[in-house]
Amino acid sequence: MSEVLVDMRSITKRFPGITANYKVNFQVYRGEIHALLGENGAGKSTLMSILSGFYRPDNGEIRIRGKKVNLRSPREALKHGIGMVHQHFRLVEPFSVAENIILGTTGRLQFYLNRREFADRIARFAQSYGITIDPWAKVWQLSVGEKQRIEILKLLYRGADVLILDEPTAVLTPQNVRELFQTLRQMADNGRSIILITHKLQEVMEAADRITVLRKGRNVGTVFKKDVDERELTRMMVERDVLFCTTNPSHDIGPAVLRLEGISVVGDGGIPALKNLSLEVHAGEILGIAGIAGNGQRELAEAVTGLRPVAGGRVIVGGQDLTNQPASRFIEAGVSSVPEDRLGTGLVSNLDLYDNVILKDYRKPPIRRGPFLNHRVAREKASRLVSEFNIQVSDLSYPVRMLSGGNLQRLLLAREISLQPKLIVASYPVRGLDVGATEAVYRLLIELSNAGTAILLVSEDLDELLTLSDRIAVLFRGELMGVVPAREAEIEKLGLMMVGALTVEGRRA
Amino acid sequence: MSNSRFVNRFRLRVEKQIHTSPWISLLIPFTSIVLALLVGAVFLSLTGNNPWKVYGVMFKGAFGSVFGLSECVVNAIPLLMTGLAVALAFRMLLWNIGAEGQFYMGAFAASWVALSFPHAPMYLVMPGMLLAGFAGGAVWGLLPAVLRAFLGVNETLTTLMLNYVAILWVDSLVYGPWRDPQGYNFPLTAQFSSAATLPTLGNTRIHAGVFLALAAAVVIYIILKHTVWGYEIRVIGESQKAAKYAGINVVKNILLVMLLSGGLSGLAGYCEVAEITHRLQESISAGYGYTAIIVAWLGKLNPWAIMVVSFLFGGFLVGGYTMQSAGLPAATVSILQGAILFFVLAGEVLTRYRICVVERRNDR
Repeated sequence: MSEVLVDMRSITKRFPGITANYKVNFQVYRGEIHALLGENGAGKSTLMSILSGFYRPDNGEIRIRGKKVNLRSPREALKHGIGMVHQHFRLVEPFSVAENIILGTTGRLQFYLNRREFADRIARFAQSYGITIDPWAKVWQLSVGEKQRIEILKLLYRGADVLILDEPTAVLTPQNVRELFQTLRQMADNGRSIILITHKLQEVMEAADRITVLRKGRNVGTVFKKDVDERELTRMMVERDVLFCTTNPSHDIGPAVLRLEGISVVGDGGIPALKNLSLEVHAGEILGIAGIAGNGQRELAEAVTGLRPVAGGRVIVGGQDLTNQPASRFIEAGVSSVPEDRLGTGLVSNLDLYDNVILKDYRKPPIRRGPFLNHRVAREKASRLVSEFNIQVSDLSYPVRMLSGGNLQRLLLAREISLQPKLIVASYPVRGLDVGATEAVYRLLIELSNAGTAILLVSEDLDELLTLSDRIAVLFRGELMGVVPAREAEIEKLGLMMVGALTVEGRRA
Repeated sequence: MSNSRFVNRFRLRVEKQIHTSPWISLLIPFTSIVLALLVGAVFLSLTGNNPWKVYGVMFKGAFGSVFGLSECVVNAIPLLMTGLAVALAFRMLLWNIGAEGQFYMGAFAASWVALSFPHAPMYLVMPGMLLAGFAGGAVWGLLPAVLRAFLGVNETLTTLMLNYVAILWVDSLVYGPWRDPQGYNFPLTAQFSSAATLPTLGNTRIHAGVFLALAAAVVIYIILKHTVWGYEIRVIGESQKAAKYAGINVVKNILLVMLLSGGLSGLAGYCEVAEITHRLQESISAGYGYTAIIVAWLGKLNPWAIMVVSFLFGGFLVGGYTMQSAGLPAATVSILQGAILFFVLAGEVLTRYRICVVERRNDR
């Protein structure tokens, strides 16, 4: 193939507590659309932020057109022809399209701008890329798709020939997506390179020439689209080191603890996130929720814990109708949860261990004594949990943000288990944990389910789900593709269900 | 030459500090005050004064005599109450910068009771004024709280703007309907009945409000440290997401905290009219509600520290008055206060981050 425009070699970037990129190699050819695929937290955005000059790598080197470069700022990256369109646009809303495009371009400081001449030039420039715009329109009047085109034009106008687009389709309608892909293809044919950050397989298959898959900050492989299919990519994205040491022995399944009756939930952007979803989780059962990130898992976990209202349907916990009740009612009804965001939602990072262990039961005696907190009881609880769950901590009065990821998760689980829940909702409970900590979490979950707790386990790791779950439910675009018993489930079938190509009855969608 | 080589070899990196040693958290406010005084000294010498002499006069005026000290306490009372009020709101990340307006509304409501019932006995009028003072401030705090809790309106702006409404409302009363006909046209009301005022300590101006302020500090401390409600406030202040996850009612707490915060400032206003001026008048507050913000930050939102800081700032005000009688504008004190806040906020960064010099890697 043609010339290598971008060559990132052995890039490593660490943030406090995590390694976002580890020895990543990444190459982009001239004239290709290259998809960067991976789950949330796989390190895609970090890698591209390094390429566009927002972050500096801890190790590794970047070559552009064969020359080693040191990118210290986005401006410098742009000088080398690299520009990034962020998910959140950086446009000045009250300004016109033309003004937004010239804003920040270096050149002679002019007191007087010939607006008419400039606007014409912008319109012609856009036209040469097959983009029609009105240079006089104010940005706030434009649709999201149009704003995105302005962002792209801005970069082209500044001479970028490597364009990085961060989840560009997240905000677009299907028609807009098609238009965007056409524009991108045209630009690639003109010899520019496009990097598409995404976790949506369908789009990758539709638009990309080559695909690089990142997982846990490492490059899992770079492949040509024509050589792979969605199933193969899914496997590359989600496969994990399989742990053989834990299995879920057969056990008794009790009555339904959680019943969802046709719930519909609206996501953050006002878009439907769950559509008419019905599910049951029984006492002593682990129900796994499989799906590629962003298909309604988070909204499901939030709806089941009372953190997100449902727009339709009913949520029934232990026979009690808790539809649209406050979160405190769910806690009282015995719903515990291990949220995706451990430090910040599940735990309060700046408070100490004593304050964190009582987060869920401070309202009840013996921790509450009239209007007061009984600090002694809280301390006892903290020390008990620390020793029972083997949490490594030097001082219980330190803020919990100083604990390691594994210990944080142990603390969080310890607290939730101490409430003797009927139902636990665990979202990605081992994400970012090492093998030892992962095992500890698995064991706790299995012990709990053997003791009769119903568990809703959200995960992207099919192996994990197959090991732990009794049944697996697959979500795709907020719809239930089916529920299969884990013993009979095949990874290929689940993969097809995850991309919406198969429903449980075996019909091709 | 060697300097530029040094610059090229090393660069500065800002890192998040994991441990904040108690040393640092004491050292930084202290250093801030010293640096602010140095900046003030430069300013004073530029305006043709001998800074050390001026500081000497200030210090002596405030702390050099029993009378000066008693005046420090008198000024510290409203600062302590408003400082606690804003600190309570700040703990929950509610940016109540409306203590000044809440102070005025408290003063207004208490005055209304005193002026409406001039013949009422003390055991009725005193508690009435106290309650009215609290309620006046509380309502003024609740207004922005309701907007914030239900509509998400930024309370920083609304509390600030309501200050002007409250100040102008009091002005319109003392220039208009409430003006004392025997007051030679000064913008003040008639004096309250003696039942509406409290005796002072000896022949100083220290009044019973000092007990109210100290009690407020103790109560706020107990609330934050030992009650279920205070626990909720601390959790919300650290992370709203965690608070919601724990089933804490954030809306209710916004309303309650602003009610108490406004009420406390209102009580400070009550103390001022009932026990210092004995009437409502223009400029009833010497900017206490604004200085309270500095006091609260310098005291790191800790009630005990706020107690110490308000005494120091009371001293600042008294020192300012002595400077004024020595012919310097009292605004000089405001400049010093502003400089202190500036350095404290800048210093805050140093308690949370550490700046280190690292060697440049050969990455070019």
